[in-house]
Amino acid sequence: MVEAHRHQARALAALWRVATLALVFTLGVWASTSGTLGAMMQYREDIAFLTVQHLELVAISGGIAIATGIPIGILLARRSLGLFGPVLTQLINLGTTVPTLAILALAMTVLGLGAPPAIFGLAVLTLLPIVLNTVAGLRAVPPALIEAARGMGMTNLQILLQVEIPNALFVIAAGIRTALAINVGTVPLAFLIGGGGLGELIFTGIDLMDTGLLLAGAIPTALLAVAVDFIAGQLQFWLVPRGVNPLR
Amino acid sequence: MIRLKNLTKIYGGITAVDNVSIEVGAGEVCVLLGPSGCGKTTTMKMINRLIEPSGGRIFIGGKDVTEVDPVQLRRSIGYVIQQIGLFPNKTVEDNICVVPDMLGQDRKTSRKRAAELLEMVNLEPAAYAKRYPKELSGGQQQRVGVIRALAADPPVLLMDEPFGAIDPINREVIQDEFMKLQAAMKKTVIFVSHDIDEAVKMASRIAIFRSGRLIQYDTPDNILAHPVDSFVADFVGHDRTLKRLRLITVRDAMATEPPRVTPDDDVDTAVALMKRHGHVSVVMVGPQGKVLGFVRLEALHGKRGRVGEHYEKLTSVVHVDDNLRNAVSQMFANDQSWLACVSTEGVYQGYITQRSITHLLGATYRDR
Repeated sequence: MVEAHRHQARALAALWRVATLALVFTLGVWASTSGTLGAMMQYREDIAFLTVQHLELVAISGGIAIATGIPIGILLARRSLGLFGPVLTQLINLGTTVPTLAILALAMTVLGLGAPPAIFGLAVLTLLPIVLNTVAGLRAVPPALIEAARGMGMTNLQILLQVEIPNALFVIAAGIRTALAINVGTVPLAFLIGGGGLGELIFTGIDLMDTGLLLAGAIPTALLAVAVDFIAGQLQFWLVPRGVNPLR
Repeated sequence: MIRLKNLTKIYGGITAVDNVSIEVGAGEVCVLLGPSGCGKTTTMKMINRLIEPSGGRIFIGGKDVTEVDPVQLRRSIGYVIQQIGLFPNKTVEDNICVVPDMLGQDRKTSRKRAAELLEMVNLEPAAYAKRYPKELSGGQQQRVGVIRALAADPPVLLMDEPFGAIDPINREVIQDEFMKLQAAMKKTVIFVSHDIDEAVKMASRIAIFRSGRLIQYDTPDNILAHPVDSFVADFVGHDRTLKRLRLITVRDAMATEPPRVTPDDDVDTAVALMKRHGHVSVVMVGPQGKVLGFVRLEALHGKRGRVGEHYEKLTSVVHVDDNLRNAVSQMFANDQSWLACVSTEGVYQGYITQRSITHLLGATYRDR
């Protein structure tokens, strides 16, 4: 049964890869024949500069989100919290419904214009799926494992590090992957509060009704999102140990 | 080795374990037996302090466990649970070595020990040591669960319905494997079960619980032969005397130094021998004492010559170390009222009859 699932998962992954390549190829053909490519190439230097800035925003806000989200998730999943944990988790769930733009605007009113409020807003946004998946992953660890661990003389810290986190790792990694995909796709909005990134090209393109400029921002953003998701997926596949990785 | 003294656990006004006192000798298997919710698991979990007692004392090897750090205590006690609880993120060998690793034992030594333990439960170390738990069958996982508890060589083992979730065929096999391990390692074992047959098979002593109280603590044979009240009698079953058959070996029930003939004996000698013992048949043995067959008094009537010309084959014989349950089963299957008992080499040791078995089983009732 497990084998069958694995085959199915591999087949799906292969299909996904082929479809993505076909899409990119079609876009490429369309771009070069319609002359849009030429228009885009004109902004080559801007694209390079803003892509780096874009990635910096992703790396810093994503890093902050991972570094804070996992510990928060671990705290919320503690059984010793009683009802407090689930209640807080529900509040965070509620937080995911707040629109991205609203979060950025709120951050701007407190931190002013520029990169810091953008990074803060993005980190908060990215935090939520990581916290939620950490909580879900830890809660899904079978109680029997924890009983066995305690009965064998593990301390609470050993149970957390050797049993709970490793067995929740796949779900936590899935949360990070989702969070990063959302993050990369949301960074363009950072431009609206002066945070920089590829959003500069997109929004300027919209304002000037310049399709070439617009695409010069949009296509690299899309490619970045695909690339980041692919890299995160590969990391998840190879870094989560085989015993707790349903894909392997 | 283990002594529970007036052990009590109260959960918000409900007494889960009520004033239980038990003493378990070194190398004994004590089975805590009873229906669900009778307090047997709670009693066991108080021994390694997964549950803190409300009252009473627990001594292991003369030392009060409440004075030991619970983490250190648990590392010195093997623990096996019904859900097995192998860690999916660790390989089989790392699972086995969890406690040795925590105790800071040398990695090479502990991994070598893990391989030895795997061999003891018939899992080839080269094939299984590096696997993950999800790559093993349920029965294989529970074997690993049991040897994991033995890895640090603790003197005491706590087992919470360890074979409860395994199919009946595998369960028998694993029980037998465990008994073999136990015969070699002589651990002091507290074993929780709700299966009377398992208890009779494994236990040196059985403690029967009912709603938190210890009702009877005795050897399996005494529990089956002399249940203290109707609850114990009902719990062990109306066929309890049949269950006792398993506890007695053929050796204990057989008549030794039996009469025998050889193929070269004269028919008249054989007839005279049978008449002298009041038997209607006699076993014929070879020069080394191995069982060849038997002759019946009736069949020799009016015959001449040697015994070897008139003998019949035996449909079945029984090993002296086998239990009476198997012996009786063979008798019933072959419509025989007696069986020849042999050693591993096939040498004739004695015979058992249905009469001698019923007499032996009844002895305990006549004594009282």
